[in-house]
Formats: sequence, C-alpha cells, structure tokens
Amino acid sequence: MTDIPQTPPKQSWTYSNDVNAEIRRAAATGIYDIRGGGSKRRLPHFDDLLFLGASISRYPLEGYREKCATDVWLGTRFAKNPIHLETPITIAGMSFGALSGPAKEALGRGASAAGTSTTTGDGGMTEEERGHSKTLVYQYLPSRYGMNPDDLRRADAIEVVVGQGAKPGGGGMLLGQKISDRVANMRNLPKGIDQRSACRHPDWTGPDDLEIKILELREITNWEKPIYIKIGGARPYYDTALAVKAGADVVVLDGMQGGTAATQDVFIENVGMPTLACIPQAVKALQDLGMHRKVQLIVSGGIRTGADVAKAMALGADAVAIGTAALVALGDNDPIHEAEYRKLGTTAGAYDDWHEGKDPAGITTQDPALFNRFDPILGGRRLKNYLKVMTLEAQTIARACGKSHLHNLEPEDLCALTVEAAAMAGVPLAGTDWVPGRTGRY
Amino acid sequence: MQSFDLTAQGLRALNSTLHGLKEQTNETVWEIVNPKGAHAIAVGLDAPIDVTVRGSTGYYCAGMNKQATVRIKGSAGPGVAENMMSGTVIIDGDASQYAGATGRGGLLVVKGNAASRCGISMKGIDIVVHGNIGHMSCFMAQSGNMVVLGDAGDALGDSLYEARLFVRGSVKSLGADCIEKEMRPEHLELLADLLKRGEADHLAKPEEFKRYGSARKLYNFNVDNASAY
Repeated sequence: MTDIPQTPPKQSWTYSNDVNAEIRRAAATGIYDIRGGGSKRRLPHFDDLLFLGASISRYPLEGYREKCATDVWLGTRFAKNPIHLETPITIAGMSFGALSGPAKEALGRGASAAGTSTTTGDGGMTEEERGHSKTLVYQYLPSRYGMNPDDLRRADAIEVVVGQGAKPGGGGMLLGQKISDRVANMRNLPKGIDQRSACRHPDWTGPDDLEIKILELREITNWEKPIYIKIGGARPYYDTALAVKAGADVVVLDGMQGGTAATQDVFIENVGMPTLACIPQAVKALQDLGMHRKVQLIVSGGIRTGADVAKAMALGADAVAIGTAALVALGDNDPIHEAEYRKLGTTAGAYDDWHEGKDPAGITTQDPALFNRFDPILGGRRLKNYLKVMTLEAQTIARACGKSHLHNLEPEDLCALTVEAAAMAGVPLAGTDWVPGRTGRY
Repeated sequence: MQSFDLTAQGLRALNSTLHGLKEQTNETVWEIVNPKGAHAIAVGLDAPIDVTVRGSTGYYCAGMNKQATVRIKGSAGPGVAENMMSGTVIIDGDASQYAGATGRGGLLVVKGNAASRCGISMKGIDIVVHGNIGHMSCFMAQSGNMVVLGDAGDALGDSLYEARLFVRGSVKSLGADCIEKEMRPEHLELLADLLKRGEADHLAKPEEFKRYGSARKLYNFNVDNASAY
C-alpha cells in the first residue's frame, strides 16, 4: 500500500514559537519581560557596509610604517579644558548599581591604560571609578541620584543625558534585588525597593530651558568642563540641531543597539532607530549648522570591532562609545560560566537578566559573593587589550583607505551591501552609483 | 558689606568672585544689585556667606548651594535652589516651577507662592512655603520635609517615597500612592521647628496642619497596580 503524501506541520511566521512562548509567559506572570542589553533584532548595521580600499585612483599608507593618528579632542567649542584622548573609542555611561564597584574600577583601569575616557551612570560617582579613571565623564541624569557640585567639579566632562538608544523616551529602572545598602545610600532611597528614574529632567523641559541649565552647569564649574548632551536615536537630525542650539560641546548619539541595565523588552525592540540610520542625519544637522567637527559627535550602539569604529567615523562621527562590548571584554556572557547560566535558564551569549543581580561573571551584580569573583585588575587589562585591538583594526582600515588619521575617513570610502544600508548610510550600493533616496550621482 | 552690580560687572565675574571665597573669608556679607531676572545667579556657592539679591531672579538662582544663605528680595524664576546641598535660601516673593528640585539638604523658604512641581524629586531638603504650591509638587520626592501654609494643587506627592509633607490648607488631589497620615507628637515637634526656621511660626501652628506621606504600595512593581502608574 502506498503512503499518501502528507502536508508537513507548518509553523506560523506570525505566531512563531518565540512569539507563542512570550504570550504564554505573559499570561502566566502578568508582567512584561524586563531585560538588559540592546535590541537583539537583525538590524541594518555596520556589517552591511564595506570599505573600498585604495588602488590606482587612491593610494594606501604602509601598514605599521606610515603614521595613522587616532587621537581626538572633545569639547573644543566652549570648554576651557577640552579633553584629549589617544583613541576615539570611549566607554559609555553605565551606573554603579547596574554594575558592581569592581566592574566600575575595571572600566576605569582599562580605559585609562588605553588612553580614553569612562563615564559614570545613574547613581552617582564612585571612588572606584574616579580613582581609576584618568578621564571621567559625569552623567547628569533626570533622577539626579548622587548628584552634587563637588563631583561635578571632580569630573573631566559633564554629560547631560536626555535619552539612550535602548529606550528613547524612557526612564531608568533598577529593581529592588540590586539595591544594596551602598546603592540605597547613594540614591537616598530605602533598601530593596524598585528605583525608577524619571524620563524627563525635573527642572527643564525643552531646548530653551536646557540652554539655561547648561549655563548653570558651566557657571558652577567655571566654564572648564566640556558639556556633552546624550540623545537616544529617535529624531537625530532635530535632536542634534537642538543640542547644538542649547550649547552642547559634544553630542552623544546612541542607536537602538545600545544597551540598558534593564527595561521592557517591548521598549528595547520597538522604539528607536538603528545606529546606522542615525549617524548621517546627525552629521547632516551638524553640517547644516556649520558645526561639524566643531561640536564633536560620539556614536554608540553596537560598536564591536575596529571596523565598526572606522565605519562610524567614515560616516562623520568624531568618536564612538562602547558599553555592551566593554562588558563582554570584562567577562560578561563568557562560556566559562555556562553551567551557571544554565541554572539561570539561559546560556552564554544570551544572558540578559542583568537586573536580577545574579550575574555569574560578577559584573552586573551587587552581591558580594558574586562581585568578589571578578578581578578588576585582570578585567582592566582585558579591556585595555580590547581597546588597543579595536584601535589597531581601525588604523589598519584607515591606512588601506590612504588616511593618515582616523578622522580623515569619509563616506566616499564606503559602499553598502544592501539597499537598506545604502539608503540609511547614504552611501552607494556596492557596484553601483545608486544611493536610494537620492537622485543623480552621489 | 560687599556690593556687586550684576548688570555692570556680569554673571561670570559674580560667580567667579563668590566661588573664590573660602570658609575663613572676612567678606561674609554680599549684596547683588540690578539682577534684572538674570539666570544662574549665585550658583554653586560653597562658603558660609550671606548674599542678598536686590530684585527678582531668573532660572536656577542659588542652584547647588552649599553653606551660604541667599536672600532674594523679589521673586525667583524656575529651579531656584535646585539640588541644594546645605545652607538657606529665602525668597520674599513667589517662586516659579521646580523650586527646590532634587534638593539634598538645607532650607528653602518661599514667603509667597510656589508654582508647579515644587520639591520635585527632593532628596533631603526642607521647604517651607508661606503661600500655596502648584500641581505635581513633591513628585517622586524621596526624603526631606515640605511645609505648606496655604493650599496644594493637583496630584500632590505623586509616586512619593519617604518625604514628609505637611499642608495647612486644602489639597486639590493626592497623587498616586500619596495618602494622609496620622500626625503624631514627633511630627508636631518637627513641624514646630520647621515653622520657626522657615520664619512662619507667627503665621501658623503645627496643630493646624495635616500630614501626607507614601502608602508604599508602589515600592515594588505589582501588575495589579498597573493603573496607578
């Protein structure tokens, strides 16, 4: 007897296993999913761009022989004491509270050894990071947790945080599990309660007020410190223009691949724009105002390699910032902890419940038994190595494009692998002179 | 007394001069004339000096103050005494929105009315308002004391943490998780001291106030409270 051909079981694209699992989880728990990190979607990204390299029409620089400088000045517009970094790869703001004290120390050690800056976060400035950071950027956030004029004056720059890429328009969240005595004390709140940081600043509302707020910060700090304004990637053309109008020395632009300590998954995955799409709009705003290179642009959100650094800079950034990648360099999500990740119901590379404070790597926790596993000296060395490798990689690419400084990279050095990336980055699709959305030759 | 003409000498010179004063300074009494509503007057002070501003001020007067006493002989613009650490700020007139925002210590006295969001996110400051306060005052207030001799606007103490609120007049509405609480003897004692320090003990008695504080129901997320957020 012949078997009758059967239609094989077919899973729905719309109602996939992942989607259905989340529906069941929501139905069982009655709460949205909260996690750390940035968007996990497959987004158009730097991977979709390629450098063209030099040949006959351009000539390259000799690798390891001819100089390709990497330094950057930040805050040259108004600040008396602009910052000079040896590499344009900075460490993004991450809070003490979200991270352990030793992890903050390691970030300071690694960044300082590599000649770059690190940044505080929501929760104030700790001695660990001030003591170990040669150049420390102090975030000025809506919550104002830990904010005081002495730390403002101890900082090397001030970053007014308006938004971040993982959650443009959203505030912060640090759940009760991570509120130790020390964290609670720094934030003037009872131990063990959920801490919600506001999404708007308490004492200014728009660009005109922000301009006056920046005046106040400059007056308090004797006009010495560069003032950064950090925006989430939502409307980068207008937000960059308004940041310049408000008096920023530096604009920090964070795309949706940029991480957060904790927020709703639905927020992370559905609000904001990919980093790639944000950069050209911000650069255009600066160019339209005649402020490109005068107000520096720092780009963050998904920077992982020297190639990403070079691509961001070719699109017009002056520097970049890394957060998630820095944590990975310290040891976050390392397969060495796989057995413990399994006990937490996850696996190395996918662990993102940083808000629960159970990090086996001892980085995103306030539990002494866990954070004492983490060696800040070793962590700092690993971060330094990683920053040095990324810088070398970016130099390698820049030399191949004939550039004697990373800042000399330009959009003309790039082509795109996909129509989407070509449209977002504003560079031609590989093998064509077509930039979607533009008429005529680029 | 040292006198400083703000219009003639400029803001940068003013703040720079005041920042240069050390704890042991003999130049302890200052007068600022012609403020003309300028922003960021006397911000970031850190010495036990007495500064009188003869007129009204713009945004952020006495912002992040430490140790100093700042007297405003007029009204104050938004964010007066924001993030104050210690010292005293006394306003003879009214205060605009965000007065005392995120203040960590010291005493803010408003002899007129204060607008919306007075004491927003306060973290230890004491605020005494002789008149009324506007809507959303003490939003997410973490600690410290707010004393209002007049009335409070809508949504007083929304998402309140541990700050203590004392209102003598009416409260248009309470914000999420803010409730009236029992006035115990220790609160009357605290209030008597605040009224005295706030130059209001001749205007009101502690027994005339009601106390408001956090119900603490929103301290840890619970989906059944979702409509309250």
